[in-house]
Amino acid sequence: MMNIHELIHLVNGVLLTPQSNLNREVKGAFAADLMSDVLAAIQPEAVLVTGLCNPQVIRTAQMAEVAAVILVRGKTPPAETINLANQEGIPFVSTPFGMFEVCGRLYNSGVKSLERPVDPDFCDCG
Amino acid sequence: MDDHQLSRRPITDQEAQYITRTEELAYELKVEEVMTRDVKCLAPDMKMHQALELFRTERISGAPVVVDGVLCGVVSLEDLIRCLTNNDLDAQVKDYMTANPITISHTDPVVEALKLFVTTRHGRLPVVDAQRRLLGILTKGDITLGLLQALQKDYQIEEVRRYRASHLFEDIVSDRTSLILRYNIKPRDFVHGGAASSNLKRALLRLGANPQIARRCGIAVYEAEMNLIIHTTNGGVIRAEIEPHQISIEATDDGPGIKDVELAMRPGYSTASDEVRELGFGAGMGLVNIQRCVDSMKLESTWGKGTRLRMKLFMKPENTVGEGHSSS
Repeated sequence: MMNIHELIHLVNGVLLTPQSNLNREVKGAFAADLMSDVLAAIQPEAVLVTGLCNPQVIRTAQMAEVAAVILVRGKTPPAETINLANQEGIPFVSTPFGMFEVCGRLYNSGVKSLERPVDPDFCDCG
Repeated sequence: MDDHQLSRRPITDQEAQYITRTEELAYELKVEEVMTRDVKCLAPDMKMHQALELFRTERISGAPVVVDGVLCGVVSLEDLIRCLTNNDLDAQVKDYMTANPITISHTDPVVEALKLFVTTRHGRLPVVDAQRRLLGILTKGDITLGLLQALQKDYQIEEVRRYRASHLFEDIVSDRTSLILRYNIKPRDFVHGGAASSNLKRALLRLGANPQIARRCGIAVYEAEMNLIIHTTNGGVIRAEIEPHQISIEATDDGPGIKDVELAMRPGYSTASDEVRELGFGAGMGLVNIQRCVDSMKLESTWGKGTRLRMKLFMKPENTVGEGHSSS
């Protein structure tokens, strides 16, 4: 288990929402740019790693009960995204690293995947 | 604790951003909100043995010295020990008190007092107004208690809302009570996209719904809301009817409609534009996600007329909305 504070250090991150509770624990991680994938497969209290920075990321995070959002590649999100994260009390972190590097760092630190396996009923790839 | 380590070395700009709610409250709360008002005072011409007696009976370790309500000094435990060492308990308070003590203003934020406690190593600070009239006394314990109460208040506001709402279904008697919430969704309003589902989810939680039901409902309505924003000509309406045993949701619009409903239901099928895909949507998983989250779903559409999506979530008896309400 890891809290937000440790998470920020791990990814050399910058906290964009200063009022966030940094003692909150994350139970695992999930990485995607497709918000529908997030809604379909994420389990509660995960950290969401994404490259998207529009307000929908925060809405999705709120619906999916995400513990924190990490924005990769040092992007500066629009003010409305940050405002929404503040309003919904979701810690929002920007990291200079890319998606692969962030996921690798999390995995190496023992953070597990919180992605639900694909339901064979809904899978077209078989 | 991590925070403890931080305070020992210079704080970097990056770390300075980590402000917790407690720290924020230290800036928001004023000294007068947390100080002790009923203060035991001494007068300069009282004897030191009276000070000793006051400390003993009141179990305090210091007291301010006032003349006509104006602060002129403090007697601390150290001053008393000095007096005892000299075997001089008949001396007057003014001979042993610390004159012109460090004070704090009643309008200062609590954080200023915390700084003074650290720099002066005093255990208490007399609280005064601009005319140095004594208004109270402040200890670290007062600050801790004040912060805890303020945090508790933050927490209680949401609790009270939740409590009131969760009794709604019990307090209002009818043969069949339901609460209807309507949300108007504007087309292409990506900035507010998700606000309706967010509000609906919050309402459900306040009504005492099981968190898992609220989560499923939130996700389903969010996808429906995004569909209205992405695809409709004039937007649409989301209508949620909440009853103790079920939630019925309808998302309706007046066009353009879906050409092939069966195809639209297929995972991965999408007609969304690149703009929408850049927002992380339009992957053709919306309706699939909705189906996964609700207990029953019905999608009807006529090309050129509009679409109606109906969803239902049923509550098990132990998960009913409202407290202790049995399903009918």
